[in-house]
Amino acid sequence: MNRYPLWKYAMLVVAMLVGFIYTLPNFFGEAPAVQVSSAKVTVKVDGTLRERIEAALTAAQIKADFVQLEGSSIKARFADTDTQIKAKDVISKSLNTDPADPTYVVALNLLSRSPHWLAALHANPMYLGLDLRGGVHFLMQVDMKSALTKKAESLTGDVRTMLRDKNIRHAGISRDGNNVVIAFREPEPRQQAQRLLTDQLPDVQWADTADGGLLGTLKPQAMVAVQDAALKQNITTLHNRVNELGTSEPVIQQQGLDRVVVQLPGVQDTARAKDIIGRTATLELRMVDDSAEAQAALTGAGPVPFGTERFMDRAFGPIIVKRQVVLTGENLNDAQPGFDENQQPSVDLTLDAKGARIMKDLSRENIGKRMAIILFEKGKGEVVTAPVIRSELSGGRVKISGAMTTQEANDTSLLLRAGSLAAPMEIIEEKTIGPSLGAENIQKGIYSVVGGFIAVAIFMSIYYMLFGVFSSLALGFNLLLLLALLSMLQATLSLPGIAAMALALGMAIDSNVLINERIREELRGGAAPQAAINIGYERAFATILDSNVTTLIAGVALLAFGSGPVKGFAVVHCLGILTSMFSSVVFSRALANLWYGRQKKLKTLSIGQIWKPAAEASEPVAKA
Amino acid sequence: MELFRIKRDIPFMKHALLLNAISFITFAAAVFFLVTRGLHFSIEFTGGTVIEVEYPQVAQIEKTRHSIEAMGFGEVQVQNFGSSRDVMIRLPVRPGEKQTEVVDKVFGALCKAETGTISAKQLVTDKGEEISKQVCTTAAGAEPIKLSRSEVVGPAVGAELAWDAAKALLATVIGIIIYLAIRFEWKFALAGVIANLHDVVIILGFFAFFQWEFSLAVLAAILAVLGYSVNESVVIFDRVREAFRKYRKLNTHEVIDHAITSTMSRTIITHGSTELVVLSMLLFGGPTLHYFAVALTIGILFGIYSSVFVAAAIAMWLGVKREDLVKTPINKEDPDDPNSGAVV
Repeated sequence: MNRYPLWKYAMLVVAMLVGFIYTLPNFFGEAPAVQVSSAKVTVKVDGTLRERIEAALTAAQIKADFVQLEGSSIKARFADTDTQIKAKDVISKSLNTDPADPTYVVALNLLSRSPHWLAALHANPMYLGLDLRGGVHFLMQVDMKSALTKKAESLTGDVRTMLRDKNIRHAGISRDGNNVVIAFREPEPRQQAQRLLTDQLPDVQWADTADGGLLGTLKPQAMVAVQDAALKQNITTLHNRVNELGTSEPVIQQQGLDRVVVQLPGVQDTARAKDIIGRTATLELRMVDDSAEAQAALTGAGPVPFGTERFMDRAFGPIIVKRQVVLTGENLNDAQPGFDENQQPSVDLTLDAKGARIMKDLSRENIGKRMAIILFEKGKGEVVTAPVIRSELSGGRVKISGAMTTQEANDTSLLLRAGSLAAPMEIIEEKTIGPSLGAENIQKGIYSVVGGFIAVAIFMSIYYMLFGVFSSLALGFNLLLLLALLSMLQATLSLPGIAAMALALGMAIDSNVLINERIREELRGGAAPQAAINIGYERAFATILDSNVTTLIAGVALLAFGSGPVKGFAVVHCLGILTSMFSSVVFSRALANLWYGRQKKLKTLSIGQIWKPAAEASEPVAKA
Repeated sequence: MELFRIKRDIPFMKHALLLNAISFITFAAAVFFLVTRGLHFSIEFTGGTVIEVEYPQVAQIEKTRHSIEAMGFGEVQVQNFGSSRDVMIRLPVRPGEKQTEVVDKVFGALCKAETGTISAKQLVTDKGEEISKQVCTTAAGAEPIKLSRSEVVGPAVGAELAWDAAKALLATVIGIIIYLAIRFEWKFALAGVIANLHDVVIILGFFAFFQWEFSLAVLAAILAVLGYSVNESVVIFDRVREAFRKYRKLNTHEVIDHAITSTMSRTIITHGSTELVVLSMLLFGGPTLHYFAVALTIGILFGIYSSVFVAAAIAMWLGVKREDLVKTPINKEDPDDPNSGAVV
């Protein structure tokens, strides 16, 4: 009765093999590498670049373990740090012809040392969390209110254009909070407008107001979409910015509805990282009001005219700008420093299709007037530049020149390029962990797991003899499966995760204690050894299931409501419970079956001394 | 080897009143300290700033404290962390202060106190990773102070975490009650949960009394141990049900005594082996895992106590009877039971 069918053994062997293969990459450590990523949004990293890098390395007679394209960067691994640094210089020289304006970021990094055939099987090591590796962590809050306000603002502009195109007369369009309000003098144009707008703007709900106007509100699902899009764009922008840092495995993820987590392993310079990612800037293009009233307001002789705002220009002092937003950073594809026909430094903007169309109309109607590019940082706007429109700007290309140095052109273009956040963000949580502290944490974590494992194994082997050895082996198998599973999921291992692993071992042994106690009990009750094993395993299973269900309930609650370190703990905790069920019941049974299953005349089991209350005075009855 | 050789059922329930009184007193004390002293929440919950610095020699706490107090951050805590060379500084949230600049300011001031200057440095680790960091160097080129870790949490995040923690605890308790109620009967469910919540309160009481830092990791430990110890009550209740069926002559007291006595050995061995691992964490895990392991240790020890002495006693006070359990169709689980035919 204590024999497993062949398929069960086969399944265990396969599980063990898979476990080994996927755990293996974690033990190879890391090797020096060079990572090449794009420094400019317009430059793509692809296969041809990989070939160029390979060629450059061969020309310089540097041998790389491999050069491969991974996501949006190319990584080359080297045998030692000397080769790595040499390779970095070679690659950097061959790719970045102009060191002042690098096209690619070439950075020193670490890559797993595990052999290529493992990577081909998708067996990659676990990521190490920041607390184990060192680095910086930021949690950023996206200001969704301003994203909605901005959407309403641009809707107001759209409505105005649409009504003008169809010659529908209205008595003024304005933004009220997140709503668009249109006033009408007569009911007929109002009906026309309502038909047109409902047709053209499906995202907006139109309602009549008391005074015969129309009130446009964003539909709830459109509002969600706006927020979602804002978050996505911010994440993309952050990705572009973080590339400048050349970090190996930056994590930029959405957390909740309005938050973004940024983790930069290896970066220790918070000031610089903050400087780069924390440029919480948004960009708007508006028209400058040069009317007499505005001029009066500038000199302080009158109030700021209705529908305009006063901003400071970086170079020329105060300036009056219309409230209506013509273009936002969303429509800006790229901004690069360059030179105009007079060899003066300039900033070259590239707009997307929608932006190009708007710009064409706008410039045609406003030749000789000024437009202002305003950068909003933390809710405060500043005019970056306010050039005069000289001619119709078609084709989506705009060149801004005059009165700036090369450095200023560089800075402005960087601001414009990186400034295309859909909504401002603020850092609400920040963590830095030094690399030496990380290494210390790994060591402490491993010591805890290994120490706990050894202590339990020794205790089990003494207390339950051979069955204790089976239990210890099952515990080892559990650890192997857990590591393999985490590696397969490409989970990020953190110190709480390691703690959960240790705890998983402590709780997993529970099941084996249950089984062994039950077998002892059966033997005490006079059952034959083979029957005792069988009944012991079978009866204990109900209790094991119970105990794991209650533990799992707590684990799932942590997984659902926890965040950050608690989530890391909960993932390992829950997986540990699942693997322990398998290993302690199926695997240890397989060992017991292999050892005892074939012995037909089995007299005793090596499960430690069995004490019977009735025979307390005499010699122990069943002995190992 | 067998550790527990118990000849007769130990009459636990005879002392139920005493045991419950002890429980109640510890519980009341825990609540008292929770109310009067309160928990010493980590900045994850309260918001604020933690900075850990490392000196090459034994740190002069007073000097460090002095240079930070001079900056006027309000209530500042400066203490050793891990070793005598490591110092941990805690700063509260101050309205109007730009929190993200605090770390740079403090590190700058500490660096200045050691007559050093801060500069950004690109360096390559011996493994071959490029790292840029802010270092503090003296004119002689030495590094008198190192920033090993910093953490800044905004007050809003903290409040949210506290709320999430409460939700996780609530979800666990409700989940366990539902499970136990399905598995047994409401009296047992209630008894099991009360017994184990009593553990949670006692762990919290310890943290309040000693003013140990209550962090997210501690919370995770408490919930994990809650799920883990409830299982012990499950085992005892299982035995109670079995004994009710097997020994029809025994009264409720004796049945519970029998159930506890027969499971005590395995309760202590399983908890003991789990505690072995936790002790290893306590010994090797370092300061980061210290309170996590402490919370688990208290939880495991009181888990044994409460499942042995408290849970069953509460079930008894709630008036568990043979009829409560035996009417449920249990014979599916135990076909060998000689009395299974008698089950209604």
